[in-house]
Amino acid sequence: MVEGLVGEPLVRLHKIVKRFGPVLANDRIDLEVREGEIHALLGENGAGKSTLVKILDGLLQPTDGEILWQGNQVTLESPVAAAALGIGMVFQHFSLFEQMTVAENIAVSLPPDDSLHDLNVRIAAVGKRYGLALQPNRPVWTLSAGEKQRIEIVRALLREPKLLILDEPTSVLTPQEAETLFGTLRTLAEGGCALLYITHRLDEVKQLCSRATILRGGKVVAACDPREETVENLASLMVGSDVAGLRTATERKVGQMRFEMKNVSMRGEGSHGRALKNVSLGVRSRQILGIAGVAGNGQSELFAVMSGEWPVMKDQSILIDGQPVGHLGIEERRGRGAAFVPEERLGHAAVPRMSLSDNVVLSRQRTRSVVKDGLISRAGARALANSISVAFGVRKGRADPPASTLSGGNLQKFVVGREILRGPTLLIINQPTWGVDAGAAATIRQSLIDLALRGTGIIIISQDLDEIFAVSDMIAVIHDGTLSEPVGVTETNRDAIGLLMTGGKGAKHAA
Amino acid sequence: MRLDIEPRAEVSKLAQLLAPVLAVFVAVGIGGLIVLALGKSPVQALFVYFIDPLSQSWTLQELAIKGTPLVLIASGLVYCFRSNLWNIGAEGQFTVGAIVGCILPLATHGMDAGPWVIVLALIMGAIGGALYALIPAMLKVWFGVSEILTSLMLVYVAQLGLDYLVRGPWRDPKGFNFPQSVVFEPGATLPNLMSDGRLHAGIILALIVVGISWFVLTRTLFGFAIRVSGEAPKAARFAGFNAKRMVVFAFLISGGLAGLAGIVEVTGQIGQLQPSISPGYGFTAITVAFLGRLHPVGLVLGAFIVSLTVIGGESAQIAMKLPLDLTTVFQGVLLMCVLAADCFSTYRVRIVSGGAR
Amino acid sequence: MDFAAAIMITVITATTPLLIAALGELVVEKSGVLNLGIEGMMATGAACGFAAAILTGSTFVGVAAAIMAGMALSAVFAFLVLGLAANQVASGLALTIGGIGLSGLIGAGFVGTTRQPVPRFEFPDLSAVDLLKDVPYIVEIAGVLQFVFGQDPFVYVSLVLAGGIFWFLGRSRAGLLLKAIGENQVSAHSLGLKVVWTRFLAILFGGACAGLAGAYLSLVYTPFWSPGMTAGRGWIALALVVFASWRPLRLLFGAYFFGAATVLQLHAQAASLGIPAQLLSAFPYIATIIALVIMSVGRTSIGAPASLGTPFVPDR
Repeated sequence: MVEGLVGEPLVRLHKIVKRFGPVLANDRIDLEVREGEIHALLGENGAGKSTLVKILDGLLQPTDGEILWQGNQVTLESPVAAAALGIGMVFQHFSLFEQMTVAENIAVSLPPDDSLHDLNVRIAAVGKRYGLALQPNRPVWTLSAGEKQRIEIVRALLREPKLLILDEPTSVLTPQEAETLFGTLRTLAEGGCALLYITHRLDEVKQLCSRATILRGGKVVAACDPREETVENLASLMVGSDVAGLRTATERKVGQMRFEMKNVSMRGEGSHGRALKNVSLGVRSRQILGIAGVAGNGQSELFAVMSGEWPVMKDQSILIDGQPVGHLGIEERRGRGAAFVPEERLGHAAVPRMSLSDNVVLSRQRTRSVVKDGLISRAGARALANSISVAFGVRKGRADPPASTLSGGNLQKFVVGREILRGPTLLIINQPTWGVDAGAAATIRQSLIDLALRGTGIIIISQDLDEIFAVSDMIAVIHDGTLSEPVGVTETNRDAIGLLMTGGKGAKHAA
Repeated sequence: MRLDIEPRAEVSKLAQLLAPVLAVFVAVGIGGLIVLALGKSPVQALFVYFIDPLSQSWTLQELAIKGTPLVLIASGLVYCFRSNLWNIGAEGQFTVGAIVGCILPLATHGMDAGPWVIVLALIMGAIGGALYALIPAMLKVWFGVSEILTSLMLVYVAQLGLDYLVRGPWRDPKGFNFPQSVVFEPGATLPNLMSDGRLHAGIILALIVVGISWFVLTRTLFGFAIRVSGEAPKAARFAGFNAKRMVVFAFLISGGLAGLAGIVEVTGQIGQLQPSISPGYGFTAITVAFLGRLHPVGLVLGAFIVSLTVIGGESAQIAMKLPLDLTTVFQGVLLMCVLAADCFSTYRVRIVSGGAR
Repeated sequence: MDFAAAIMITVITATTPLLIAALGELVVEKSGVLNLGIEGMMATGAACGFAAAILTGSTFVGVAAAIMAGMALSAVFAFLVLGLAANQVASGLALTIGGIGLSGLIGAGFVGTTRQPVPRFEFPDLSAVDLLKDVPYIVEIAGVLQFVFGQDPFVYVSLVLAGGIFWFLGRSRAGLLLKAIGENQVSAHSLGLKVVWTRFLAILFGGACAGLAGAYLSLVYTPFWSPGMTAGRGWIALALVVFASWRPLRLLFGAYFFGAATVLQLHAQAASLGIPAQLLSAFPYIATIIALVIMSVGRTSIGAPASLGTPFVPDR
């Protein structure tokens, strides 16, 4: 990268605070981006990056603090206002219209006073200048994720932004497409555009960025020049290795193989679906396997395949207690002693408008006191819902309220308790404590450990490294649809896992 | 200025019960305005439509007679609507049920066969309606074709089929060339319940169906599956409920009950087959179902109110020279009010100043 | 030539109301809304149009009244499904039921009244012109010209409408935005497009078309109003939109194809071919079902606007 082209400070965020009710998403954040600079914004999920960037794009208003643009204080009331100043944003999730062509998708996003004259020519010109080849007349659904992203970038570039914000741009790209993107970004920076690059991937940051601001827990923990730091340093700043990483091995004696997956590959569903590539894993009784990973790397697909919501395999690739179950649906797998907790509490694990006693029936159809001969016992369901609430400390206000009235933590305790009280021999749980208060999180984690002690094999998928380390015996990392080799928790530490999560050394790369 | 809506976190039971009541009041109000526009007295209309029919025995019986097919059809529609399946073709299933159910009475005509005829006729009618409803169901399951259009097109096909049969092969040879079948023998008709009126046993059948429906929807796993499929499809998948099987069962039940309503109407009320056996029961039942908030017992009240307006409309035609179409308009307005009231209880609505969304 | 022309005219008159109503609904559905109330709006349009034409003696006023009636009813529908995010299927049905009843109320006072049907244009017979008398095939050419330019005004309106909507959806910016909204309301909203306002305008347009189609029925097709004169055309129009895969030109051909099929079975009935009349009458409906199935088989994307029928409640 050429030095000396970085110019004046373009935008400065000064002591930005953003509060959502009791949650402090951004805590007095200072950030400064200069013209021609490629500035990285680093941090784990929940560190506050998305909130900060939404404030910069005019989607959210800060609770406190100032935004200075070219030295003047400004308020960004909407994305339109931000765009008028010259701020462009490329989101992680695209706002595209699959059935329409590339040119139509771009035309739709341009302001009303743009005459759309010679649009194809302009698209070609931008494409040539920044290395973003696009065929204007192709329907978007035929494009790869990388090509779709180019549409979003061209959308932003056609408005000639002074600051371009990119949110996790390489999460959907192959290594080759990422290289092309870097070329584009460097050209933009050389032209004087400021770039704010949000990512987890530390090797990219070192390749591309001259400045990095690191967030953790809503605060800025460091601002540095990534070229002068090691990847390990950056990772530890991001995930915070001051928290005890090593854990003493538990006294659990691991038993027989409960669940196995062998070389499972799946095509992703929909435009944001992430494919699974040759995933193999196994968990034994009294063992907890933690699967760490940044959101969007195939966790939902993995869960759907393991739970049987996508029963597609007819061969031996999924086994419960040694028996093939790939072709069986979720209820049959429950019949083999398995239990599942999906990521989405409302809408997937529970029906929001139905009562807790109704929701109990969803996964407890084989419990004779609840469902017998096709009939639901209201009393039995209520009693079970009550025992779950009592055993897991679910605070619910009324005796049998609708699921949507419970707080996140309480509903999660209920949903987890519903499965644990069954005494399953296998439990697979996706994001056990996402969006849950600390007390409920502690209860849930402890109950998982206790369950394992009683002989169950548990698989946890989680974005929370603290949790993974607190609870797991073995840890694997899912990245881009592939799973790393599981390692014992005592043989690794947060830095190494954090590295794998960001696609660093040790992770298997996409074929 | 625009309306801003956001989903409520919790829907109070009270609001859910009051919503249709409020809807009825608003609809009555609007109906009153229309009566005024037609140059008549709204107050008198209120009495004639809603109060008078409740005061005489024979009108009460008419209420039950008209309510019976509505209750039967709406009971079936609840299974479909609750799982987000739009069976608009209940009218056609009603017709086919009547046709298939009449096979036996026509075949045994003149043989003084006995009451087993009516029992079998009822069963065959239900089966006929169920099988006819299977067509849109399978088209949806196999090909993904919208059940709205297919079930509706089949209504016209069924009605034309009936027309053909009563003008052709099934026409009463001694009927002076009128398009109607032979009048059914006593063994092939539903027994009368009252000596001084026309009330037939269909009402008992309807109430039994209501009871069974209530039980199935609230107590059985199948009923639970229906409810979950409509509320949260992902949760239905989580519970292992097979979506395709749900479509088939919902339509079979809905078609079966509509078919049952058809044969009940023919063997109870009409006594023979003729080209027109329904004043649009299959469509009116949709209003009834929504008015009853898609609840198996609530729809009885919905049927009550709708039948009341139908009978009130007939006497208003004589007493006040108000056209029958007013009843139809009222039904449309009522359905709209029910939907609007439903919205208010599910969403919080505010008027917000600002640009268009 | 005369016999062929006569048949073609019956096809045109059968098709035109279907085409107009279906074109309106095509725009509505392209914006992502399903309006099942076409039958009701058409019926009310027919009644209002006839009543206004009789009362004022002016066809033009009648047509205007029919269009306004259709728009008024569709505005109520728009309030329910856009303002209150009500269920679109049930709201459309309510509109149909209410609209049919309303048409009965309005038309009741005019039963038995007839008026002159809206005349067709008269194109001069070129073969009678001295100058052209000796041009070869002049009689045939004159006949064709008289046919092509001698239809009633609604026919031309329907063709202009088809062309206009084709241009609007395919070539105009506003049409592009409308298609985007119907395709993905969430993406459209996040790009700042006005989802509700656009849909509202589309619904009003659909109502206007349905009203206009109704006016055709009571002012041209038959020069009187009678109860039930819409005879399910509103539902057929809905099917036509699906059958045409939401493309205006396909809709044009599909509508004429369907009109021809309808006329064909009428003539077949008249010809006493031995097939029961009811079976022939059922043919259009069965054909619709078969057409819908054919459209769905083996197609991953049927072309429906992806957010069709989904209520729009934006996240806070």
